[in-house]
Amino acid sequence: MANLAAVVGIGQTRYTTKRQDVSIAGLVREAAVNALQDADLGWDDIDAVILGKAPDMFEGVIMPEVYLTDALGCNGKPMIRVHTAGSVGGSTAIVAASHVQSGTFKRVLTVSFEKQSESNAMWALSNPQPFSTHLNAGAGGYFAPIIREYMRRSNAPKDVGIKVAVKDRLHGARNPLAHLQKPDITMQEVEESFMLWDPIRFLEACPSSDGACAMVIANEELADQAVKQPAWIRGVAMRSEPTTFAGRDEVNPQAGRDCAADVYKQAGITNPRKDLDCAEVYVPFSWYEPMWLENLGFAPVGEGWKLTMEGATSLDEGGDIPWNCSGGVLSSNAIGASGMIRFAEAARQVRGDAGDHQVEGAKLALGHAYGGGAQFFAMWVVGSEKP
Amino acid sequence: MSEEQEVVTVVNAPVYLQYNFTAGAAPARFLAQLKKGKLTGQRRAEPEAPVYSPPRGSCPASGRPTEQEVELSDKATVQSFTIVYIPIPGNVIEPPFVVANLVADGANISFIHLMSDCDNSEVHIGQRVQAVWKPEEEWDYSMDNIKYFKPIDEPDVPVEKIGKLSVTGQEG
Amino acid sequence: MKDIAIVAYQQSDGVSDAGAVNEVELIMPVLERTFTQARLGSAQDVDFVCSGSCDYLQGAAFAFVAGVDALGAVPPIKESHVEMDAAWALYESILKIRMGHAESALIYGFGKSSPGELPIVLSQQLDPYYLAPQWIDSISLAAMQARLMLDQGLITERDMAEVVSRSRRNAMSNPHAQLAGDVSPEDVLAQATYLSPLRKADCCPVSDGASAVVIATVEKAREWGLPYAIISGIDHRIETHNLGMRDLTDSVSTRTAAKHAGMQDGRVDVAELYAPFSHQEIILTRALGLGAETSINPSGGVLAGNLMMASGLSRIGEVFNRIVGGEAQRGVAHTTSGPCLQHNLVTVLEKA
Repeated sequence: MANLAAVVGIGQTRYTTKRQDVSIAGLVREAAVNALQDADLGWDDIDAVILGKAPDMFEGVIMPEVYLTDALGCNGKPMIRVHTAGSVGGSTAIVAASHVQSGTFKRVLTVSFEKQSESNAMWALSNPQPFSTHLNAGAGGYFAPIIREYMRRSNAPKDVGIKVAVKDRLHGARNPLAHLQKPDITMQEVEESFMLWDPIRFLEACPSSDGACAMVIANEELADQAVKQPAWIRGVAMRSEPTTFAGRDEVNPQAGRDCAADVYKQAGITNPRKDLDCAEVYVPFSWYEPMWLENLGFAPVGEGWKLTMEGATSLDEGGDIPWNCSGGVLSSNAIGASGMIRFAEAARQVRGDAGDHQVEGAKLALGHAYGGGAQFFAMWVVGSEKP
Repeated sequence: MSEEQEVVTVVNAPVYLQYNFTAGAAPARFLAQLKKGKLTGQRRAEPEAPVYSPPRGSCPASGRPTEQEVELSDKATVQSFTIVYIPIPGNVIEPPFVVANLVADGANISFIHLMSDCDNSEVHIGQRVQAVWKPEEEWDYSMDNIKYFKPIDEPDVPVEKIGKLSVTGQEG
Repeated sequence: MKDIAIVAYQQSDGVSDAGAVNEVELIMPVLERTFTQARLGSAQDVDFVCSGSCDYLQGAAFAFVAGVDALGAVPPIKESHVEMDAAWALYESILKIRMGHAESALIYGFGKSSPGELPIVLSQQLDPYYLAPQWIDSISLAAMQARLMLDQGLITERDMAEVVSRSRRNAMSNPHAQLAGDVSPEDVLAQATYLSPLRKADCCPVSDGASAVVIATVEKAREWGLPYAIISGIDHRIETHNLGMRDLTDSVSTRTAAKHAGMQDGRVDVAELYAPFSHQEIILTRALGLGAETSINPSGGVLAGNLMMASGLSRIGEVFNRIVGGEAQRGVAHTTSGPCLQHNLVTVLEKA
């Protein structure tokens, strides 16, 4: 059995298009210092650092842990760098947790970041390769046909994506760290926004952000002494499948279903909609909310959109299972950090420390991340109570 | 230092690295056929194994090499698509244009290509299309030998049959 | 804590240019041999898979995604990746086993460095504001380090030549070696300097290839009925990136890692050290306090072939081979990352 571990400190930067006031080192350090302060700890209290980010080409720095060790107080300690595409923030939190859950370390710091303004992420995501047709305009061009297939299968009304886009931005307006601050957003505004990759409109897509997120994860003994309510890790799971293979269900990938089943089993969840109080799920394009509602078992296949339309996932509408109360990826997308933000925001909820986007009395929350061609999944369940 | 310092917010440090790109052994076989105007797929050397086009070296589901070459039709079916409204850097195509996931007859997996000579609002899943090739003298080791796919006058393929047609198309 | 064993290790032949093959085609044959050795059908038969690679070697983002195509990951598998040498992927896998979420794991590393100019590519690993814009390549930095040692009288050029000579001669019995031969120290010293004070022979070659290891709990290894070596300790430490703040003639982090891995608790029969430059082998040997009883780099080490992102894992595999082959009872494997030995991992292996 894994040793118990808990999140005892969380730190984030604000998310914005360009953080020109800090270097990459300054950015990661800001999140790390915030996490240490939140935990009332210093650098000497940390035994190891686990760093995550998406492809090195996003900033043009190869294996950036080599350069960032000084900024993260890691000299003389172990440091590891995780990279699992878009799911990396989540995977990094899981690798960090394994340092403690294995009994190898008492307390570790984990940080993930992206400073997209330092390079051209769109280029790095799909840099032209010889011999291939270069038509795949970034992630949106890749995911739009999959969304279209979901719409065909589910017969969902055309405005489901618009509703998610509004809902997550209204959530984001409650979160002072969120990149997009749009408290007055309307369905009409989203509908009239520029079509990018039909059916994805501009306001149905995530922004491109600079930012970092950090957490301190401690063992049971130290978490019991923590200054604030710890978020106990109740389950961790990862799954991968190839980008393409004959017969692959791209709309409802098996890797996501298997990963959810694994993490629910560990956390004793049989009915996610009922057993969980809220979820932070990686939704970079609005239609991925109904798709993941089904993939993660919150709704039967073909009916995820109904939860969205009923307001079940909305904090403002008093929904029973609010999704992405922080505003989600649709409000802030520092790619390498986005998964960890989901994990950290789930932890903030069960610590009762989520400010204006707190779900009242949240005890159990899901953090979710995915990456690649929706083929890499990382999830954890955190709770206010020790398992 | 007492005088006020100018705030440095940007350092321009462009990175240029040269690479000699290789496509891979399996993709090279595919590209060599394309240069001859033939669309091929590959599969594990087992008769019922799925056919991948373009091949990337392995059958991803099994992790085994795709050693057997299969000739495909240049007719295909729309598995899904998007209409792109933003220009692609370095590409001459004017938006809006249709980028589709197409499955060639005889293959079991889609590839991404351009659709043209069509009314964008009428493009749909299951639609039949065929390759429009560049003039033969312009053929190279490239998928760009096919300029685009255009709709053809054939009945739609039912969704459950997309990706399962033989090289002879709907005749089975 | 559960005892963890290595049960299989395979490596591709080090070649300076793997030619037409792409990454998945580099990996597949090595995995196939690894599965055969471990008597596994595929990656489906282990509980966890972890890999190490670097996008910049071949210049395309998401190199590791292609790696997944070599695994047969249908149905989906538990899988992760580090943008580091695969020795750190092994480290991650060990934590996974220790926490009880796996009993076995497949670890692989791969790199096709030949498409780019590796020493130049690695310059972009440095501080992006102060150092990377100067394009200081990895060989130049190592040359400065060697110069420091020579000028302080810590080594002689002959000491360096002897390291090269031993590597070339040892590599003659390593079928995967890229550079091997009956080369004397005099032969090396007769070579022209390349980047002073380094001769070409003092620098590891650039190699394309992959390597893979299977680990399991000792219970699982016994159940499988495979010969195995026990990983009795593993630890890694990083030092400051600021070269001016480090004593480049020593490797403090290697010594710390060795201590935490428990290297000093017994005799070391064999050591495989990831020293991409001849003088670095001397730094590492001294930092680890290895003496005459230890056979150093019997495979030839990375001077005989350097599979970037897999070489560290291969060092562990080479020590495994010596132990299960009966040549050694106990050994140490070392892995490095970053300029001038900035980040070091030490693994201790013992006979079952």
